Amino acid sequence: MNKLKIVLNGLIKENPTFVLMLGMCPTLGTTTSAINGLGMGLATTFVLICSNTVISALKNLIPDSVRIPSYIVLIASFVTVLEMCMKAYTPALYESLGLFIPLIVVNCIVLGRAESFAAKNGVFDSSLDGLGIGLGFTMALGLLGAIREFLGAGTMLGMRVFPEDYGMLVFVLAPGAFIALGLIIAFINSRKSKA
Amino acid sequence: MTYILLFISAIFVNNIVLSQFLGICPFLGVSKKVDTAIGMSAAVTFVMTLATLCTYLLQKLLLDPLDLGFLQTLVYILVIAALVQMVEIILKKVSPALYQSLGVFLPLITTNCTILGVAIMVIQKDYNLVESLVFAIATALGFALALILFAGMRERLSMVKLPKAMQGMPTALITAGLLAMAFMGFSGVV
Repeated sequence: MNKLKIVLNGLIKENPTFVLMLGMCPTLGTTTSAINGLGMGLATTFVLICSNTVISALKNLIPDSVRIPSYIVLIASFVTVLEMCMKAYTPALYESLGLFIPLIVVNCIVLGRAESFAAKNGVFDSSLDGLGIGLGFTMALGLLGAIREFLGAGTMLGMRVFPEDYGMLVFVLAPGAFIALGLIIAFINSRKSKA
Repeated sequence: MTYILLFISAIFVNNIVLSQFLGICPFLGVSKKVDTAIGMSAAVTFVMTLATLCTYLLQKLLLDPLDLGFLQTLVYILVIAALVQMVEIILKKVSPALYQSLGVFLPLITTNCTILGVAIMVIQKDYNLVESLVFAIATALGFALALILFAGMRERLSMVKLPKAMQGMPTALITAGLLAMAFMGFSGVV
């Protein structure tokens, strides 16, 4: 039960995008379609689980004064592994996410969880926290990607829902990302204050 | 001429924040006051220029000859982290007031994706050394422009009475959206 709570905590109560508002760059930059959003989310999830697990296992070996640089090096190694794997197995997704793959290193969520959770908790709990936060991030990116893809291009996961001519192109372009995310957060806030 | 075009396009047309979505965290985080926004922009400009210079030389003199391109991300982030530490120490001595007001965001320049993003971008776009430096400075100025404009807007916005659900982040995001739309007007310039 307690373990389940850790996962759910990342998914809902501390959802990295909608509640903690961390990792905004990939959230806005990669969600031009639902597939891209989900791909980016899963890539980040992988790095989160690996980094949380390893940092939690090494937390007693790393001196306190150099912990941030050590965490960053660990995270960067996992990102490099991920980058090579994606280049080999999913080249299309790798192309479309582009620069944002190496930039997972500087995603505040990863370092934030390392510092606030993995450095204080056990190995198994930390990997579950990585999973929860990662899935929360994936969910948020998928949702935002789906909304932008639907409004902007009139498709859902690549399938056409209404003719392209009726789509609002602005939602695929930069301004739409900001506006769509702003409205989603406003909606969540209004639900929260009612409950 | 190419340098001027590169300069203008990096500031206005391909603005790092509003059209490339890098550096959104400081963009939303330190934009509540114009003063802090200016301090943050100055720090970013300084670190970005220095970091791009260092990483470019490292890439060309060390990683490329030794065929170690896959270490790019790792090496770059270390160089940037060291530089940020240095800026922090200098700022603490020279201007404690600015150091106080930048607070938590100074160490976070390390995880500011604009710095690493630009360092990788200049390699991907195959710029030479001068082009890379021009690109880095222009991108930093573009970041500064967006940040300071946005801070000015948010200072005004904080005086407006808004529905409760829209207060804070949602309004900031929608304002940023409108600002991005305004910057799209530059897209035909270069």
